[in-house]
Amino acid sequence: MNAAGFPLLSLLTFLPLAGAAIILSVRGEEAVIARNARWTALWTSLLVFLLSLLLWVKFDTGSAGFQFEEKLSWLPEFGVGYHMGVDGISVLFVLLSTALTPICILASWESIETRVREYMVAFLILETMMVGMFAALDFIVFYVFFEAVLIPMFLIIGVWGGPRRVYAAFKFFLYTLLGSVLMLLAILYLWYNAGTTDIPELFEYQVPRAAQSWIFFAFLASFAVKVPMWPVHTWLPDAHVEAPTAGSVILAGVLLKMGAYGFLRFSLPLLPEASAEFAPLIYVLSIVAVIYTSLVALAQEDMKKLIAYSSVAHMGIVTLGIFTFNAQGLSGALFTMLAHGVVSGALFLCVGVLYDRVHSRDILRYGGVAKIMPAYALVFMLFTMASVGLPGTANFVGEFLVIIGAWQVNPWVAFGAALGMILGAAYMLYLYRRVIFGRITRDDLRTLLDLSPREYATFAPLILLTLWMGIYPQPFLDFFEATVTALVARHEAAVSVSRLAGM
Amino acid sequence: MFVGAIFFPLLGASISGFLGRWIGPKAAQWSTVVCMVLAAICGVLAFGQVALSGQPTTVPIVTWMDVGGLEMSWALRYDTLSVVMVAMVTFISTLIHLYSVGYMAHDETPARFFAYLSLFTFMMLMLVTADNLAQLFFGWEGVGLASYLLIGYWYDRESANRAAIKAFVVNRVGDVFFVLGVALIFLVFGSIEFDVIFATVPQHLDDRFAGVPALELICVLLFLGACGKSAQLGLHTWLPDAMEGPTPVSALIHAATMVTAGVFLVARMSPLMEYAPTALAIITVVGASTALFAATVGCVQNDIKRVIAYSTCSQLGYMFFAAGVGAYKVAIFHLFTHAFFKALLFLGAGSVIHAMSDEQDMRRMGGIWTKIPVTYAVMWIGNLALAGIPFFAGYYSKDAILEAAFASHSGVGAYAFACGMIAAFLTAFYSWRLLIMTFHGAPRADHHTMEHVHESPPVMLIPLLLLAAGAVLTGYVFAPMFIGEHEAGFWRGAIHTAEHNHILHAMHEVPAWVPLAPTVMGVAGIALAYVFYMLAPGIPGWLATRFRGIYLFLLNKWYFDELYDAIFVSPAQRLAAVFWKTGDARIIDGMPNGAAALAVGVARGAVRIQTGRVANYAFAMIIGLVLFVSLFLIGR
Repeated sequence: MNAAGFPLLSLLTFLPLAGAAIILSVRGEEAVIARNARWTALWTSLLVFLLSLLLWVKFDTGSAGFQFEEKLSWLPEFGVGYHMGVDGISVLFVLLSTALTPICILASWESIETRVREYMVAFLILETMMVGMFAALDFIVFYVFFEAVLIPMFLIIGVWGGPRRVYAAFKFFLYTLLGSVLMLLAILYLWYNAGTTDIPELFEYQVPRAAQSWIFFAFLASFAVKVPMWPVHTWLPDAHVEAPTAGSVILAGVLLKMGAYGFLRFSLPLLPEASAEFAPLIYVLSIVAVIYTSLVALAQEDMKKLIAYSSVAHMGIVTLGIFTFNAQGLSGALFTMLAHGVVSGALFLCVGVLYDRVHSRDILRYGGVAKIMPAYALVFMLFTMASVGLPGTANFVGEFLVIIGAWQVNPWVAFGAALGMILGAAYMLYLYRRVIFGRITRDDLRTLLDLSPREYATFAPLILLTLWMGIYPQPFLDFFEATVTALVARHEAAVSVSRLAGM
Repeated sequence: MFVGAIFFPLLGASISGFLGRWIGPKAAQWSTVVCMVLAAICGVLAFGQVALSGQPTTVPIVTWMDVGGLEMSWALRYDTLSVVMVAMVTFISTLIHLYSVGYMAHDETPARFFAYLSLFTFMMLMLVTADNLAQLFFGWEGVGLASYLLIGYWYDRESANRAAIKAFVVNRVGDVFFVLGVALIFLVFGSIEFDVIFATVPQHLDDRFAGVPALELICVLLFLGACGKSAQLGLHTWLPDAMEGPTPVSALIHAATMVTAGVFLVARMSPLMEYAPTALAIITVVGASTALFAATVGCVQNDIKRVIAYSTCSQLGYMFFAAGVGAYKVAIFHLFTHAFFKALLFLGAGSVIHAMSDEQDMRRMGGIWTKIPVTYAVMWIGNLALAGIPFFAGYYSKDAILEAAFASHSGVGAYAFACGMIAAFLTAFYSWRLLIMTFHGAPRADHHTMEHVHESPPVMLIPLLLLAAGAVLTGYVFAPMFIGEHEAGFWRGAIHTAEHNHILHAMHEVPAWVPLAPTVMGVAGIALAYVFYMLAPGIPGWLATRFRGIYLFLLNKWYFDELYDAIFVSPAQRLAAVFWKTGDARIIDGMPNGAAALAVGVARGAVRIQTGRVANYAFAMIIGLVLFVSLFLIGR
């Protein structure tokens, strides 16, 4: 059946739902329910993570095709089926989702005090949706998961968020939904013409050149909001600011990757000519994103907002890399996505540590924290440097590859992307200096406790990953290689055919 | 041994940084010192094996990445060029560690300080032993990080934080060009491993990129990167501010690590540079201008560390224009000798500051030479070496640089020679200005401070004496190997010089007055300083008021900081505010929020349609479906 010998991907997808069901079935006093919910959610997510490690071990990095495939007929007369599988592009994102979920649950251990049961259920459902989305190989199944992710996230922001949570939740929901409607139309068109929604089969179908542009923009509308690309990024800072810490971690770590994943999975292989034609547009939007949002980040006074804007800048690097259509650019984009998932997730956790103690995200509220919380200062420094893209940390590898990829396309594009390096250093160090360095000006800060064992446990895997991906990234890059090579070859073939036909 | 030289400092940094809280500050700092001593022993042994017995080697560690033909590994490349750096860095860094034990005795968190120092050393060693450009960049950015941490070591000082960020960000500007240069190398050569690049240079001589010769573009980009690290004109603004760190840090930054990285890069890339004449001309002009510029500024500064900082900047300019005229070996030689006497000067200045109860302003010093005779003596030696007085280390290297510039017989070479000559005069002048203001004349410090003036403990004096020995001897001992008759056997191709490059021979055949001239200039500078500050102390003040414009121009460092503030910093801040408040909040958010308001209005109307009857809904759905499908069919 597949390399695991059993329907691994479906198990990964739906096991969290079983955990959620258990949590819902517990009865008793509030405190008992809360404790049970926490432990059940943690064990479920850990189990899912351990299972997902099978993907890491058994995935054949030499093959460019889909692996661990599962296929059930669902609506055969419409050409719609339940089809799961992963290739080099998606496999690590499944792992990222399963790895971040237990960390998030651990991070919410004490900071979530109300409706703990519902919160944990929402998180487990979220995990189901994320894993399902990355593993889906049928367009309809993908679409269902892609949209359904919004619901638990919407609830997490709207129920457990900050003071302006309702505004932020609706903004998040409406923005992301609006684009998706257009994508649905595009999917309908593809289904109508190709007669199937099975993704590998769709890859065989050649979309007519005239239709490609329209579909490209329909996809762009949906994916650009999710990435988010400039100028549809403003929902992100608001969502991050209002979301609880763990919500921000998942939002930055996984949900932001959905748009870029969409480009890689659908726009590039299905619409090669339109992608090539509109690549300059993407370059411009990406570079504007890098420079514009980096500058905006420089002006922020809210820690979470600053990191949110930095996320937009980093995702600009990702979209740029994707549309370079060469091996370095694509691998770099994929790597940046992973690295950003780990590093920005960790940065939000860092903010959460302070927020849990002081209940403020205001940068000016802090100062001199290094003296009181030295271990925390060290952890924060590591992730600050990772975000800046210091070699030896995860982000550098991705950014470096993207710049090499971009330089092959156009030196000015590479230069624009590289400018982000300067601005990134400026805003992150400026943040670090105001929060961690300086004199202690507020007396209530003096009583803060350094990291607790639980917090060490949440940070440890992220620290390990950041350094591992920075110092020895090859195992991760191996996962991409075959698929990316195939994608590049496919793209070049398609574009050169159309060029010949055009002559 | 090869691995040990590089990784002992990392071990020391880890012990001190992570275990420092448990093992206590004493154990932490001595463990870093021991690790550094071991590294230095390894470094010197490696120097013997690689440079003296001629066995270059590469120690592979592990593959770093391999993406679509872009292959690179972590590996330690030991050829003469890198082993010279390894030996020098480990040796000087060990002395600085030892010195710091005394200097930082009253500090609150010495474990942190020593961890940073060792980390700094480790990163520099990674840089010089890299066998590909990505690993070099790892070390390159690593020293950036470590310098950031060390400059901002006293993080509760606002000025230290500011200087630390400035250092990092200005360096990043250079790094952008460096990364672009590396990317271009990959495009042209298909590899970023040194061996592959150097072997295939002849095939790419005529490659063009975007209409310009590719090699020229690569070399210019790399040089711009080097400008950031080595504080060349334009990107030098961070270096003087880096004084905010503790004094041993300044010694480390200015002597052994960090600023020398740019010069090293140019020498390392000599096989490319040789075929990029325009880039070399640019390097020569920028280097010569920096040498002169920094020397002029150094003449009017009053902070003892700032004077030495500008002298570093100026000496780096010398190294660059030496490389620019093709005399890479001379540049590395000057780098090598400079490391000894500059470390000596900084640590000597630290000893003075230590004695003067943390006073750094030379206007409040004076009259202390009898109280701290050892420090006084070693400062003399350091300044003699810096000024290029015969038979001290600087004499051999600086003279050779000026001779090379003269011998290049090109326009830029002549410019460099002229700048270098004037700078040599100014160097001697500000060196003796420093000596006289600091040690001689009537005491200008308050009574309380003067009472406490004391010689430093032996743990600080021993490194000073060893460095002083280096400042006296390194020139004489090593000149034949680096630039003299034994150079071919010493370098063994680690620095490439093309067929057309005869600069090392030509510089020995210059007219007789050329080798003499720098010495004359140096003595003249000393004499002028003696007149100005010993015999007629009224003259400098009179000059400053008479030529107030020039004086202020120099005192304010040619207004570079103000210029950059006006061109880059303030506009960026303003733009940031505009983008955020207007771009994001008003324009981008304005539209959807307006749309939302509209939607609310529509929804109010829509409420009336909500009748709650299922039949109505079903009817609406069917109509919608019909409309949708017909649209779809017509649209086809």
